[in-house]
Amino acid sequence: MTGANSFSVSGYGPQRAGWTRLFARDSLTRRLDWPMLLSALALSGLGSLLVYSATRNRTEINQGDQYYFLIRHIMNTGIGLALMIGTVWLGHRTLRNVVPILYGISLFGVLLVLTPLGATINGSRNWIVFGGGFSLQPAEFVKVSIILGMAMLLSARVDAGDRPYPDHRTVLQALGLAAVPIMIVLLMPDLGTVLVLVTIILGVLLASGASNRWIFGMITAGVVGCIAIWQLHILDEYQIARFAAFANPSLDPAGVGYNTNQARIAIGSGGLTGAGLFHGSQTTGQFVPEQQTDFVFTVAGEELGFVGAGLIIFLLGVVLWRACRIARDSTELYGTIVAAGIVAWFAFQAFENIGMTLGIMPVTGLPLPFVSYGGSSMFAAMIAVGLLQNVHMRSRT
Amino acid sequence: MTNIPETGRTPRVQIRLVVIQILVLSLLGTLGGRLWYLQIREGAAYQKEASGNHVQQVVQPAVRGSILDARGVPLADNETRLVVSASRTDLLKMKDDGKAVLTKLAGVLGMKPADVMQKVRLCDAKTPQPCWNGSPYQPIPITDEATPRQALQIRERSEDFPGITAEPEAVRRYPAPGKSNTAQVLGYLSPVTDDEIQQAKDTDSPYLRSDQVGRSGLERQYDKELRGKAGVTRYEVDNLGRVIGKAKSDSAQPGSNLVTSIDSRVQRVAEYQLDNAMQVARTQFDKITGENYKADSGAVVVMEAKTGRIVAMASAPTYDPNVWVGGISAKDYKALTGKNSDYPLLNRAIQGQSAPGSTFKVVSTAAAVEAGYEWDGGYPCTSSYSVGGQVFKNFEGENFGPISLGRALEVSCDTVFYGLADREWKKDGGINPKKGEPKDYFFKTAHQFGLGKETGVDLPNEVTGRVPDRQWKENYWKANKNAWCKTGKKDGSYVEKIAYENCLEGNKMREGDEINYSIGQGDTLVTPIQEAMIYGALANGGTEYVPTIGKAIVSADGKTVTEIKPKVRARLPISQATHAGMDKALAGVITSGTAAWKFGGWPQDKIELHAKTGTAEVYGKQTTSWLATYSKDYTVVMTIAQAGTGSGASGEAVRNIYSALYGVQPDGSIDKKQALLPTPQKGLPKIQTDGTIASPKVAQDPAEDLKKAAEKAAEQGTAPPDQNQPGATTPSPTATNRTTRRRPRRRGSRRMLT
Repeated sequence: MTGANSFSVSGYGPQRAGWTRLFARDSLTRRLDWPMLLSALALSGLGSLLVYSATRNRTEINQGDQYYFLIRHIMNTGIGLALMIGTVWLGHRTLRNVVPILYGISLFGVLLVLTPLGATINGSRNWIVFGGGFSLQPAEFVKVSIILGMAMLLSARVDAGDRPYPDHRTVLQALGLAAVPIMIVLLMPDLGTVLVLVTIILGVLLASGASNRWIFGMITAGVVGCIAIWQLHILDEYQIARFAAFANPSLDPAGVGYNTNQARIAIGSGGLTGAGLFHGSQTTGQFVPEQQTDFVFTVAGEELGFVGAGLIIFLLGVVLWRACRIARDSTELYGTIVAAGIVAWFAFQAFENIGMTLGIMPVTGLPLPFVSYGGSSMFAAMIAVGLLQNVHMRSRT
Repeated sequence: MTNIPETGRTPRVQIRLVVIQILVLSLLGTLGGRLWYLQIREGAAYQKEASGNHVQQVVQPAVRGSILDARGVPLADNETRLVVSASRTDLLKMKDDGKAVLTKLAGVLGMKPADVMQKVRLCDAKTPQPCWNGSPYQPIPITDEATPRQALQIRERSEDFPGITAEPEAVRRYPAPGKSNTAQVLGYLSPVTDDEIQQAKDTDSPYLRSDQVGRSGLERQYDKELRGKAGVTRYEVDNLGRVIGKAKSDSAQPGSNLVTSIDSRVQRVAEYQLDNAMQVARTQFDKITGENYKADSGAVVVMEAKTGRIVAMASAPTYDPNVWVGGISAKDYKALTGKNSDYPLLNRAIQGQSAPGSTFKVVSTAAAVEAGYEWDGGYPCTSSYSVGGQVFKNFEGENFGPISLGRALEVSCDTVFYGLADREWKKDGGINPKKGEPKDYFFKTAHQFGLGKETGVDLPNEVTGRVPDRQWKENYWKANKNAWCKTGKKDGSYVEKIAYENCLEGNKMREGDEINYSIGQGDTLVTPIQEAMIYGALANGGTEYVPTIGKAIVSADGKTVTEIKPKVRARLPISQATHAGMDKALAGVITSGTAAWKFGGWPQDKIELHAKTGTAEVYGKQTTSWLATYSKDYTVVMTIAQAGTGSGASGEAVRNIYSALYGVQPDGSIDKKQALLPTPQKGLPKIQTDGTIASPKVAQDPAEDLKKAAEKAAEQGTAPPDQNQPGATTPSPTATNRTTRRRPRRRGSRRMLT
């Protein structure tokens, strides 16, 4: 940390009370980026239908209630929306001031997972289970806090007008800030999230204007890291098997290759307009595992066809496009970095998630933002939308 | 700083942001493209795969139809066994490699768990029997003697027995009624191959992995009809195989039954007589080779003269068709097909061919008449016939003086035919005829008689025989010229000399070739079925029928009966007068000709027999015996390789077959009650309302019964008393209680457990 005064550098922009902003002529609602917001909400809405379709027959997990997952998904969307509004309401500056606290909380969260309080689900210890069927994946929030933390560090001197680009020292500090939670997530192990975090770092560094050497250094380090992980047999057997199945889809279609194979059959059989909602045989027959979470895209592919699945990609495209615009339009580097980090996050996660169902990426356990069932993922994504709105509004004034 | 623009970013950042934006766009574009590829371009294929995924086909095997004899006695039928099998693939997916399941299964089956485990382990160098030596991906049978109760227990609790199936399997059975074997005619089944499964996969009658397919004989010829149609039930299932959707089902259609014209009793008699004749021949001394006859193979055909229907067809050596049931062992297979085997799988009645010898003279006689020679021409039957330096001898050097064609046929005078053939050969232009000049009456007539071509009998892999005409000689010479010219020597051994001559002019019709050909020697080849067809035509006045074994295809429910009608193949190229002359001459063979010594005391006035004997010389082997005969209803042709003369080797056997058919007693009297089939079976066996076909009781061994009756009659010197022998026309003949048995199972009991 560069000291307390870094948090209060921002010296321009109107300073009005939160409530009055809502009713002003250039009111909050008018200044929001509506295309992005509506796209995100549409994705969540579509997601609830798909989640419902995927889970209404899965009696072994829906506790006998066919609406179990639907209700929860809608609830998650609602909570996520509230968190987004909260984020917007708190405003850009307030949040920027509390970044160290947010960072600390998320770090504490992921550490907690490694204690006996954490729970192992699907081979990864990345859950904290609360009572009443509620659970959290703190790793999702690490995505947010790393973006905010790095943005804060990297933009401090630049936004203050001291330097055109962050210097090496600052970059090193930012990387250190990101490295700590990444190491913890790696211990869980949650390889998918680690990949997202690394991509976020890359996006953040790119947007910060850090020297090209850092960028290439990062990429080189990533490649070396992958080779090291491969050579040192850090990966679990199942992870290696997934890669093998990715490289050769016909390998063991009843075993490792089962997921991808069934996913591809589901999507491929959708055709142009799909089998119709709730009418997909692959979905009804529960041939695709984890269909309400990581493989939710297959429901769209099968039941809504190219039109529906294409719509999801289009809506994600709207969100990402707007986020890119916001990054470019931001008047301060902090906002640019935050927006770019979120772009990297969403883009990578969406590409990896949809790509694995289409068989062009290896399988990793990553949810599709807004669409997949899962509270933490929804919350984090909605908070991210809130952050983007903040940056957007900030640059419009 | 001046280089910081209004937006708070430097150009470097600006450029990078654009790069990020392009990158994001291209990622999304990639997804969209891939989505289009999967859903639009390859969509149809995936739709098919998806339906294969959630639709499970359960295939119920169709019961294979039976093959019945002319009276309804099953020659081939099924028995159902409940087979419990384990899938290794499924078992190995379990944590304990399926030990718990197998232990539970052992409990249900009342076996020791260790025994069950041993059955499913794979054989290797270290593993002693019992072990599984088949494909590890095929279900491994644990027992084929499960009770219905056990099978139900396993099927109803399929969750408790993952990887275990209990399926009824119809097992083919060849019951050999009355000791008739009929092996080569029935053929055999063997497991379906992967290729066949693949090919039939999407048809309306897919194969099961356990299916058997007809490979030979009637089983192959009528495979499609006999197999029926497997039932397919389509269930929509979820990922665990639980049925979630509506089921569509086509029930299995059992295969049709094939009623043949075979009479199992006559078949038994024919087989018995053939075997007996061969055994007797082996005790006879062959003066030419200086050792006993080998009599290594033979065949007999009993055919209805007026329809071409085969009443009996036997081939020796033979085998027990039941060795194929349930998969043939390597040892048995080797014994049937190996180099050192005597190839018992061959049906020598249709796949054995040899020179016809004098039985061919009916063709030569017809050819001579065709060529314009007078029937009563007075042709010299000298003891030998010389051409150039070569002397063609009459058989055993007889000399009958000038005789008619009929007489020449009757006494089988070779020199008459030599002379006729020689004259024709010279007329045709000799060794170097002009193109288109040769009339080739002798060869043309052979073709008109149907030689050199399959008869079209409803059995697979019939051979054609051979008419060694000019065309054939040309082709044969072209194919072998090089070898002949290499090995041929002018002054070498016999073989080398022949090769030398063949090299020079093997493509030409030499004088000796045609002379030899006229008495059925040389390169001429015929099959017993061809002989039967020709002599059958002589019996009925000149109409050649396509020999058939299948008489009717009766659907399993008995409602559809498709009769297989006799088919006329050709008319013999002989006039009524010629036919009458030949008929008389061939009758003379029985009364005063070459077969007379074997047919003394035959009631020729009541049952007129006609015959032609043949003794074909085979280079390096003993002579092949032929005996072609006919009555007004039947034709019986028997041939035995390396067994001497036609009458000597087969005379008694053929006479015994006629005796059995007509009930002729040793003293020449006729006992109608003893007759197995005095007139050919006209109708079909009675088809009952439930589709089953009534079958009479079957005597334990008709051949032995006849022999005993004959011995008894000989002792008493009178006709034997009524032995309750099966009467041919009575629907349900009875036999002595002592020697009869019921068919072990009713047909109805082979219904499948479904």
